[in-house]
Amino acid sequence: MREKLSLLRYVLAGNPVTLLALVMLAVLLGCAVLGPSLVPYDPIATNTSVALQAPSAAHWFGTDQLGRDVFSRVVVAARLDLSIAFAAVLLSMAIGSVLGAAMGYFRGWLDTAASRATDVLMAFPLFVLAMAMVAALGNSVSSVVYATAVINLPFYIRLARAETSIRRDMGYIEAARVGGSGHARILRVFLLPNILPSLVVQASVNLGWAVLNTAGLSFIGLGVRAPTPEWGIMVAEGAQFIVSGRWWIAAFPGAALMLAVFCFNLLGDGLRDIVDPRSRT
Amino acid sequence: MSDALLSVRDLSVEFRTRSGIVPALRGVSFEVAPGEMLGIVGESGSGKSVTAYSVLGLLEASARVTGGQAIFGGRDVLRLGQAALNELRGAEMSIVFQNPRTALNPIRPVGAQIADVIARHDPAPPAVIRERVLEALRQMRIAEPERRASAYPFELSGGMCQRIGIAMALACAPRLLIADEPTTGLDVTTQAAVMDLFRDAVRARGVGSILITHDLALASQYCDRIVVMQTGKVVEDAPVSEIFARPRHPYTQRLLRSTPSSVDRIEDLVPEEEPVAPAPPRAPTSGPPVLEVRGLRKSYALSRPGLFWWRRNTERLQAVGGVGLAIQPGEAVGLVGESGCGKSTLSRMICRLIQPDEGEVLLDGEPIHRIAPGRFARMPQRRQIQMVFQDPTESLNPRFSVFDAIADPVKQLMPREGTALLRQRVERAAAQVGLPLALLPRYPHQLSGGQKARVGIARAMAVEPRLLVLDEPTSALDVSVQAVVLKLLTRLRRQEGVAQLFVSHDLNVVRLLCDRILVMHKGQVVESGPAEQVFNNPAHDYTRSLLAAIPRLPMPQEAGTL
Repeated sequence: MREKLSLLRYVLAGNPVTLLALVMLAVLLGCAVLGPSLVPYDPIATNTSVALQAPSAAHWFGTDQLGRDVFSRVVVAARLDLSIAFAAVLLSMAIGSVLGAAMGYFRGWLDTAASRATDVLMAFPLFVLAMAMVAALGNSVSSVVYATAVINLPFYIRLARAETSIRRDMGYIEAARVGGSGHARILRVFLLPNILPSLVVQASVNLGWAVLNTAGLSFIGLGVRAPTPEWGIMVAEGAQFIVSGRWWIAAFPGAALMLAVFCFNLLGDGLRDIVDPRSRT
Repeated sequence: MSDALLSVRDLSVEFRTRSGIVPALRGVSFEVAPGEMLGIVGESGSGKSVTAYSVLGLLEASARVTGGQAIFGGRDVLRLGQAALNELRGAEMSIVFQNPRTALNPIRPVGAQIADVIARHDPAPPAVIRERVLEALRQMRIAEPERRASAYPFELSGGMCQRIGIAMALACAPRLLIADEPTTGLDVTTQAAVMDLFRDAVRARGVGSILITHDLALASQYCDRIVVMQTGKVVEDAPVSEIFARPRHPYTQRLLRSTPSSVDRIEDLVPEEEPVAPAPPRAPTSGPPVLEVRGLRKSYALSRPGLFWWRRNTERLQAVGGVGLAIQPGEAVGLVGESGCGKSTLSRMICRLIQPDEGEVLLDGEPIHRIAPGRFARMPQRRQIQMVFQDPTESLNPRFSVFDAIADPVKQLMPREGTALLRQRVERAAAQVGLPLALLPRYPHQLSGGQKARVGIARAMAVEPRLLVLDEPTSALDVSVQAVVLKLLTRLRRQEGVAQLFVSHDLNVVRLLCDRILVMHKGQVVESGPAEQVFNNPAHDYTRSLLAAIPRLPMPQEAGTL
């Protein structure tokens, strides 16, 4: 454990950008967990007397057309956006890694069939596929989770398959077979834990996409519905006011979205450096 | 001395790592005379490669030269900028790398790669360059140089790739050539051919050269002078004849005595502290063999079957073609052959890791070849045959502690035993292989190569097998560690009575360890017999060529008994 910490310190010292990403992640998670109890105004309560006010000391990010405080709504929205993204990514990682690892380990017909199915899935424009799925499954938060999980699935399958293919012929797998382990146990105990680090790197980058995908779907009116605070909806609602000079309604949720995606991408790069054995010299 | 081609003085290099500054070289000094072949010998981590790379200015970013000088052609090459080094490298001095396949660009014909080097330092019309490329290939005695020049590295064998590498290094007639373990990945017979060519080419041109190797015997056969390095220091620097007749430094003496070809009996190998039980008086065993194999065959499809039945290719490569052998309880049998001879396939079929196409595997007289490998993993007989793998690092799960690694087969194969008994078994196995109990909670990356090898052996021994199949268990280890492991294996056989099938490419090692030797060539056993007989009176031509290719140490006077 102490060695892991010292490795972390070593990597972060040569990589201050990752430290920045970690700080940003802490802020985002803080908003998601504590947001509703921290914000100064009720994010849903309307008050038309203060509608469309520019940012001020009372309303840091201004107010929207119904007089709701944009700051409160941006902070509270973090919980919903991040929950959808985390749930979707966890789902696709769980299914994709087991399926991909089995494909790489057993090869044969399972691999051939599932690889071609993955290729078909990748051939679709992914966002259009997600739109179609939400439309078919019904306009709810859970269908956004499923749709996002499905479009991310191929990345995990391919990664897990490739990482398993490298390891399936290594000495410790053969040693496990000589030591009396069956196929299921080799996959569970020997292969999956060893491919996990690279999957976690992929997951971190994927979280950014998932946040963007969720916001994108609600921007065009699928999934989460108004008046729920959600970054995509807020950008969509604010877009019509930009022409009249009220930029703050769309700009602040847009900036929050950008920061979240940015943070996960940086974090992914940093994790890759930590996992990469070449950085351990 | 001003007549030296390269003169290295007090060279010090350090590496910046996670655990602070690590010195790699501490005041290394040596000289290479024109036309001389200098051997730099040492074990891994001794700094022999770092020395070569610092002279060529090829050190990686985390390394820093902290002192000393390297005078080459009147200039200190350690002080030269990259532009000046680029002029020098390839033209004045060049290097042959360890792995010929990774040192060549895989997507460019080899002739074009040699032409690149010539064009960089000696621009000429394409026709002239092409002629020089062919000349360079001809000098490496590459048949049909016109055709080979347009081949890609993956179309050539490892030995051929290394000849190309040497041709490339010599293409611009350098005055100094450094070869960094040029034959480490090659078979002994290929190694002998490549090294002969290397020496002839270097001699014919009067090029000064440095051969970096871990193999004292190889260096003794080809070099004029040898520098022995240990932990970043030169411990001995002497002409070949002197260093073997009168090694002065204790480390050199120890290195010599751990080289298998230098001794006749396993007991003579250093280190002496590893006790070897005396060989028990062995009555000729008349009982059934612990393992018997009859007419075992295995072939592989040369190309993957197509998706559709009509594209299925029926061409197959015969890996093992009808092999039979029997191993008596407590006997050690050596299986020797070069890469691709089928010895690994055979040992994996015996261990029931792969299914033979034909033939029988009998364990204690009971056929086990009909049980599918997946199902055999859960059979009680699984315990009886255990295996030790080639690469000690690769054969340990990085996420298992030493205790887990040794305990895992016990848990799977003897599930009815309790936790207390499990702990006892693991500790007993660790004690058997001389692994301190304090190492049990550690993880593989915290262990040395020799400790990892011990864990691999302890894991196999923990379930008390009757047959241990050892697949090149020492080929990834330094000679001094190899000596320890060989002694350990001998002790296990004599004390525990476990039979051993020792698979190796190294006849010298097998001779020390085994009662009987089988020589495999192209999927067949071409010769078998008692170890001494195969080694001293080989009957088959292939065995003779194998023996002739092994580098030997020049024997001091008393070694006339061999």
